[in-house]
Amino acid sequence: MSLLEFVSRINPVAASGAVLVLVGVWGVLARPNLFKIAIATSVMETGVNLVILSTGYIRGRTAPILDSAVAGTATDAAGAAARMTDPVPQALVLTAIVIGLAVTALQLSYAVRLRAAGGGSSIESYGDEKW
Amino acid sequence: MMRRVLVFLAVAGLAWALLPLALGSGVPEAPGALATAYLTDAPADFGAANIVTAIVVSYRGFDTLGEVAVLFAATAGVGALLTRKRLGLGDAEPEAKPAATEILVTATGLLTGLLVMFGVYIFLHGHLTPGGGFQGGVVIATALLLGLLARPESHLSHGILAAVESLSGAAYVGMGLLGAFLAWGFLDPRALPLGRIGSLVSAGSIPVIYSLIGLKVGAELSGILDALKGDRE
Repeated sequence: MSLLEFVSRINPVAASGAVLVLVGVWGVLARPNLFKIAIATSVMETGVNLVILSTGYIRGRTAPILDSAVAGTATDAAGAAARMTDPVPQALVLTAIVIGLAVTALQLSYAVRLRAAGGGSSIESYGDEKW
Repeated sequence: MMRRVLVFLAVAGLAWALLPLALGSGVPEAPGALATAYLTDAPADFGAANIVTAIVVSYRGFDTLGEVAVLFAATAGVGALLTRKRLGLGDAEPEAKPAATEILVTATGLLTGLLVMFGVYIFLHGHLTPGGGFQGGVVIATALLLGLLARPESHLSHGILAAVESLSGAAYVGMGLLGAFLAWGFLDPRALPLGRIGSLVSAGSIPVIYSLIGLKVGAELSGILDALKGDRE
């Protein structure tokens, strides 16, 4: 397989999402700072969302919203359905983004609380809390 | 050293697992049977132009109700963790915060009304255009964040936030029960007349439910922002 052919097979949205997932996993596993772990989780979530979104993309189709751009006439439902991408991953990601935001806020609150209690912001100082 | 090797192995293994997706083998020629059914049935059954909204609010409406509950739990957690007492500030005199710059204060006065209006527009048109309750709620929270930045000493009214959140949450469940009694199931949007596809008053109870979600998400995220200031009683 030639290099050009290999590059053309790469799905750019999924590839960039995969890179973000790997960066996030590395951040969670290798960084000791609690705040950096929270942000790395957020980066990983963004990557996961991009990967999920890319699985629903279909070349040459458009957003799953029924308007004059896809239907011509608004009653041609079957024809319009053949011009739309998969809506299920988009619905999943829509909910995942909001939950991700709330979870990041909660993580950061715990990090602030642990620091305020005098424990420091490195996960190394909480060795006793391991199971 | 051992830990670095393990981390490298984990990242490399995940990269190997993600490789087929990145290489485009996950991109299908046509949606699956379920997605195709949604694409053809959502406009016909519910009169919803935006099929993603139809999935979020009605087909998977129960999941969204659960998601709103998760958001509420996270907000309550942040609010409980970041009080003055828990942060060890106790009764200490709050340190004076630097006043906001004039640019920020003036821009806040100009933008707050527009942002709230834009947020309301986004969640009212959730069944017609890309957008909906979650996006609109976040935009409204942005307006309140600007207000908090412009007046660092101010606080959002806890009573109003709690009232908006609990009333919209109760009304969401109420609309769901209305679907159970007047239509074919819990959260069925056909409890209200479906109208003509593409008009503002259409898709049954979908725009009503999404507007309630918008208010609830806006109130919850504003509560998180207020708690993150860290000087709540």
